Amino acid sequence: MRQRIIAALGISVMAAAGLTACGDDASDAGGSGSGGEKMTIGIKFDQPGLGLKEGSNYTGLDVDVAKYVAKEMGVDEGNIEFKESPSAQRESLLANGQVKMIFATYSITDTRKEKVSFGGPYLTAGQDLLVKADNTDITGPETLNGKKLCSVTGSTSAQKVADKFAKTVQLQKYDTYSKCVEALSSGAIDAVTTDNTILAGFAAQEANKGKFKVVGKTFSTERYGVGLKKGDTETCTKVNDALKKMVDSGEWQKAFDKNLGTAGLTLDPATNPPKTFDACA
Amino acid sequence: MDVISEFFTEYDGLKAFQQTIYLTLLSALFALVIGTAVAVMRVSPVKVLQVIGSAYVNIVRNTPLTLVIVFCNLGLFLQLGIQLANPNSPTSIDDNNFRLAVLGLSVYHAAFVAEAIRSGVNTVPLGQAEAARAIGLPFLKTLRYVVLPQAFRGAIAPLGNVLIALTKNSTVASVIGVTEASAVMKVMMENRPDVIFVVFGIFAIGFVILTLPVGILFTSMSKRLAVKR
Amino acid sequence: MSTTSVLFDAPGPKAKRLYAAVGVGSIVVLLLILWFVISKLNEKDQLTAAKWKPFLTAEIWTEYLIPGLIGTLTAAAIAVVLSLTIGILLGVGRLSAAAWIRWPCGIVVEFFRAVPVLMMMLFAYALFGYYDLFPSERLPLAAVVFGLMFYNGAVVAELVRSGVHSLPKGQNEAALAIGLTTQKTMRLVLLPQAITAMLPAIVGQLVVILKDTALGYIITYEELLRKAEQIGNFKSNLLPALIVVGAIFVIVNYFLGLGAVKVEQRMRRRGRSAGGPLAPDQIDQTAVAAAAAAALPPQEQIR
Repeated sequence: MRQRIIAALGISVMAAAGLTACGDDASDAGGSGSGGEKMTIGIKFDQPGLGLKEGSNYTGLDVDVAKYVAKEMGVDEGNIEFKESPSAQRESLLANGQVKMIFATYSITDTRKEKVSFGGPYLTAGQDLLVKADNTDITGPETLNGKKLCSVTGSTSAQKVADKFAKTVQLQKYDTYSKCVEALSSGAIDAVTTDNTILAGFAAQEANKGKFKVVGKTFSTERYGVGLKKGDTETCTKVNDALKKMVDSGEWQKAFDKNLGTAGLTLDPATNPPKTFDACA
Repeated sequence: MDVISEFFTEYDGLKAFQQTIYLTLLSALFALVIGTAVAVMRVSPVKVLQVIGSAYVNIVRNTPLTLVIVFCNLGLFLQLGIQLANPNSPTSIDDNNFRLAVLGLSVYHAAFVAEAIRSGVNTVPLGQAEAARAIGLPFLKTLRYVVLPQAFRGAIAPLGNVLIALTKNSTVASVIGVTEASAVMKVMMENRPDVIFVVFGIFAIGFVILTLPVGILFTSMSKRLAVKR
Repeated sequence: MSTTSVLFDAPGPKAKRLYAAVGVGSIVVLLLILWFVISKLNEKDQLTAAKWKPFLTAEIWTEYLIPGLIGTLTAAAIAVVLSLTIGILLGVGRLSAAAWIRWPCGIVVEFFRAVPVLMMMLFAYALFGYYDLFPSERLPLAAVVFGLMFYNGAVVAELVRSGVHSLPKGQNEAALAIGLTTQKTMRLVLLPQAITAMLPAIVGQLVVILKDTALGYIITYEELLRKAEQIGNFKSNLLPALIVVGAIFVIVNYFLGLGAVKVEQRMRRRGRSAGGPLAPDQIDQTAVAAAAAAALPPQEQIR
């Protein structure tokens, strides 16, 4: 009996070791970017119109920009490995070299610059509101008094509305935007807030066509940058060159129209498409 | 130790624990009612009720609590339109989420309460029920006057365990936006990653304070109230 | 389960009619609820083919549900092994004759039984992330396993302890009498019997661990629930995706539960259920279950 139990324990410990060991070989794929063959790029998997996993394919503006930039750097589409990079993990994914670049609605801020470097910006978005298509009484964040507003836990956008624009707004917080969209669709809440690009992505989805609209009155500026390992100026320069080429050739506009154009989203024409890029430091 | 004073002032940690206690007590009450009903269904002479009762226990017990709570919000509230708070009140979202969480916790733990009571019924000697039948009591009266009172006294220890589990499981209510202890802990950890251990320590001790006395109380109660045979 | 039939008399013609009426009545109520749910869901366009058809395509299974299930099972498997290991160590430690081992083990066990699993996971996630202890793609898995193993380890420790306590005194005395050291008595005589006696409860704990991996979705671990969210984003069918995932959980856990019963029955047939002071063949199954339940520590099967 004793031997049997010890043997069973031994087998299960080995099984656990095996489970943790397999898959380790994939983790250093991002480091070989300079070889120009394979590249691991971080994107979001859950944002329609920006970065979305659709079965084994990936779609969205972030994905298209990433593919273009990678191609300019000599990496074919087939050699890109896309990796999910949730907001909380973006800095450490870059620091550990598990991804070479991140295209994931990653706003350039001074706090983040302490930990990572940014290429771009490749798009300038802003926090906005999503409402039902037939809604007429919500025209901006200051009209939200007494209304129900949805956002995700930890979002700055909802807090900003409550602090600055509409003191008596009620906040519903979920962990994902898709739950907010469900709630908006069922009529339980009046508006969803986050970046206008993310909102437009949900509004443009096949199943949501004609149901929602983006209000179009932004109350912040979010400059989406390409996240890079701190101090990687070489890649940063390459990224900015590629982005410039993408804008000049009209490919940027094409990618935008394809992914977010149908949602009736109008970006600030002064900053979109981007004409200047931040200096690589 | 400024983080400890932040816990009391800026984050209002006591309020969060108060929410945890309210969630626990209300859910415990409803879970006891639903669980007793399910247990009675399972031992009833009507076949259909037996099947419904055991289906309830088997389905609910095997579903993750996270999913049960999410269903309460996305399914019951958003799709079926079941409002548990006045939609026009200025705090309707918070009230509604709190009550939905109570509903989810009650429904989930009722399955375990039902099992506890059933195990209590098993501790009642056969002679008790036979005697009740012999003096002509029908099924419901046999249960009400003879079997259940003894079953509850026999089920006190497992019921106490359910209560302790419920206290801890109330943290899952944070997934639909109820600001209870774990939600506040998460925010504090994100803002003060330099003192994670202190933050975790405060909240962990909070739960030890909540659950330890319950365990001791129920153990002593189960000994004191045990039916002498 | 003889109590059931003892609670009521064999029904006469009148009682039979009453039972039939109650049965039909409850079926009608059930159907009414079902009708309400379906019509409401239909009204909200949740029952359209576009929302449900994706689950018949191979893509949803190969890209989402099966990887999600593998994620769930991986976390559960690692957590089971680790919690058994630390559970047995802590359990034996708590039975130790030396107070300096017994007390710390006792405090550790009581502490981890009182702290919610979700809080343990959130703590581990923040801790590992801040101090960069794991590569970030392993971070969620590590945090999930960490959260599960300490709580469940504490539960296993209690199972081991109550298993040893439930053994007849003679086992311990006989082992000491033939000259075994206390350590050898524990390792060669008491522990094997205690673990065998508690095996059904330990297998039952698997269901608890498997269910609790779903909490990992809060800290971005790629398990079934998180995959359901991703499907919802892809096909705009969040609610159907959650229903499907819920059904998968119920089925997997139900079979695990059946497995626990099988283990118990098999052991009884081999006469291995040596745990209790009663001979196994003298008591019926429910009595065994009740005895085991009474011997179990708090909260075991509820989480």
